[in-house]
Amino acid sequence: MEVDFKEKTAGILSQFKRDRSSLIPILQQVQQEFGYLPEEAMQQIADFLRISGSTVYSISTFYTQFKLAPSGKKVIRVCRGTACHVRGAAEILRKLEEQLSIKADETTADLEYTLETVACIGACALAPVITINDEVYAKMTPDKIERILKKPDSHS
Amino acid sequence: MPKSSEKIHISIGMASCSKAAGADAVLEAINAELKKNGIDAVIKEVGCIGLCHAEPIIDIVKPGCPQIYYGNLTPETAAELVKDYLLNDNPRPDLALGSVGSETVEGISPFYELPVLKSQVRIILRNCGHINPERIEDYIAADGYQALKKVLSGMTQQQVIDEIKDSGLRGRGGAGFSTGMKWQFCLDAISEPKYLVCNADEGDPGAFMDRSIMEGDPHSVIEGMTIAAYAIGAGEGYIYIRAEYPLAVKRVLLAIKEAEEKGFLGEDIAASGFSFKLHVKEGAGAFVCGEETALMASIEGKRGMPRPRPPFPAQSGLWGKPTNINNVKSMASVPAIISKGAEWYAGIGSDKVKGTAVFALAGKIKNSGLVEVPMGISLRDIIFNIGGGVPNGKQFKAVQTGGPSGGCLPESLLDLPVDYDSLTKAGSIMGSGGMVVMDEGTCMVDIARYFLAFTQSESCGKCTPCRLGTKQMLGILENICGGKGKMEDIDLLLELSQSIKKGSLCGLGQTAPNPVLTTLRYFPEEYKEHIKQHRCRAGVCKELLTYSVISEKCPGCGLCVKACPVNAITLTGKKKPVIIDETKCTRCGACYNACRLGAIEVK
Repeated sequence: MEVDFKEKTAGILSQFKRDRSSLIPILQQVQQEFGYLPEEAMQQIADFLRISGSTVYSISTFYTQFKLAPSGKKVIRVCRGTACHVRGAAEILRKLEEQLSIKADETTADLEYTLETVACIGACALAPVITINDEVYAKMTPDKIERILKKPDSHS
Repeated sequence: MPKSSEKIHISIGMASCSKAAGADAVLEAINAELKKNGIDAVIKEVGCIGLCHAEPIIDIVKPGCPQIYYGNLTPETAAELVKDYLLNDNPRPDLALGSVGSETVEGISPFYELPVLKSQVRIILRNCGHINPERIEDYIAADGYQALKKVLSGMTQQQVIDEIKDSGLRGRGGAGFSTGMKWQFCLDAISEPKYLVCNADEGDPGAFMDRSIMEGDPHSVIEGMTIAAYAIGAGEGYIYIRAEYPLAVKRVLLAIKEAEEKGFLGEDIAASGFSFKLHVKEGAGAFVCGEETALMASIEGKRGMPRPRPPFPAQSGLWGKPTNINNVKSMASVPAIISKGAEWYAGIGSDKVKGTAVFALAGKIKNSGLVEVPMGISLRDIIFNIGGGVPNGKQFKAVQTGGPSGGCLPESLLDLPVDYDSLTKAGSIMGSGGMVVMDEGTCMVDIARYFLAFTQSESCGKCTPCRLGTKQMLGILENICGGKGKMEDIDLLLELSQSIKKGSLCGLGQTAPNPVLTTLRYFPEEYKEHIKQHRCRAGVCKELLTYSVISEKCPGCGLCVKACPVNAITLTGKKKPVIIDETKCTRCGACYNACRLGAIEVK
């Protein structure tokens, strides 16, 4: 598994200039590959850019996009933009937390779902919205959440 | 524009919100129906026309007939439409939004005469919803890249800047600084190389115009940037796009590639000797990066934290070099100004502020979507004429402009002209163009708490007053919403607001208290009610609520029963009022929102 990280990360690094300004794009690609930023990969990036591991860590923790632990197969993001807020986003989030038995920013034990909130995805006219992976679900209601989540193995 | 060709043309909106509303399925249904009936038609995927409330939208041009727009389609109605209109000549007025062209169709009103479109003036959004954003040929056919050719074939750098100065264009990112002056500072800076940046890190919750422009007309931004780069003498530029906008990133990247192939970007553009290389940088989810110095730090691969100004970016920006930063809407305005002239642009808008502004109208409003209006139009016009007012017979309460940096304005200020100075005087800001309408079901204390929660979590932590002050303010607001507030809290909020405004380096901190200050200024009674009477009149602050049914008003229609997520409401029989079980009720407000007769009471 570790070898896999190393090779794949090296493959990504080979597409970039050895320049500090490549750091964020590199982290984005590595995360896209693994779904999060493995510690080994972060050190490998630091070595490549000739900066310290702590610098890479400081960037990874500053930007909300970066994850330091694996996410679930399905990442559900609840938009908490103003339009969604006034149209009941809090209720949507509550329903999802209840249905998945996790809180926001947590992942289910079976690594099936990760629940996140996002500041605004800019689909305000269709508020409240959520996204599951990259698909947008418009005009959500607690009822619709239940229907969307319905899957063969029932949740406890 | 209606086309004279012999083929049937169908355009379908394919921006993020169209897709979220189901445009993909509608397109699929149309294609299937066309194929089934052997109809030959040209399908064009276009950007967002801004009528988000009516998505999915298509328009059909039959040879010899006016162009007809259809909205709120489902795969079923779209298939019916293909059959009824294209095969049987029934234009289905029941599904139509409006028609374009000199001829009219019975039962269908003229599209651009609709109240939602009539007072709009579209400059920045000129092509959105009309051209295929993934085909440069479409942009060129709409006079695209003519302005760039004009600039490169004989205007000096100073002439371009003077034209922009004379037009009166001010930064559409929110601060409203003269775009021409900004360019001048950068041209006059002596250091080399110079950089050009387009700020497309549209982070304000409730704002989505920049996304729509990049998704619907990316070349207008690229052309504007190339003109700006020429004017200031930059050879390299960046467009910094929010990571949450994958479709915008995709379309801008594609547009850059097309522009390079056609010779509008890259080396020796239009054989003028001017070269410009444009890169896309994706943001990584930090709101503060919308601030220009933080944005540049992020491009350099650092933590996106602002730094003191001066030096301004025009003197010392990216990698310490002179840099000019403009918003997406400013860039998209540039080609139109160059093509049609400064005088034309300066003739639009009010005496004080020129041109148009784009707003993203959302929240408790009938026609949510994008609107572009002349500067100086009143808030009332935007909300009630264009936006159609508040839906479901509810009462208007406030309009929030400028996102978390802005404020909430009450009904009494609706006749305020929309421009930078008037809104600032009222305690709000123009901002980048988010406009969220709130009705009687919105609690102003909760809204203040909501925005503070946002700025508190997005504060980068550099300035102590912003990092800790917002946390204190949030705590106080949470107490008030939870029924644990004290009257002294209000003075404390005011005091903290002043310290945060004065003690923060960047716009995030300097404006973070605005939502609290404006709600305290215009809606003080709501704060007092929360604190003294433990009452939330909007029925939002859950700890303070009980829900009950007004028996005389309730016909037992069952809408609330369906809406209740915890089955706390039961029907008692035909035409009899429902009963709410208080022990089960989670005070979510779903019943209150569902009831069309105002029969649910919140105390």
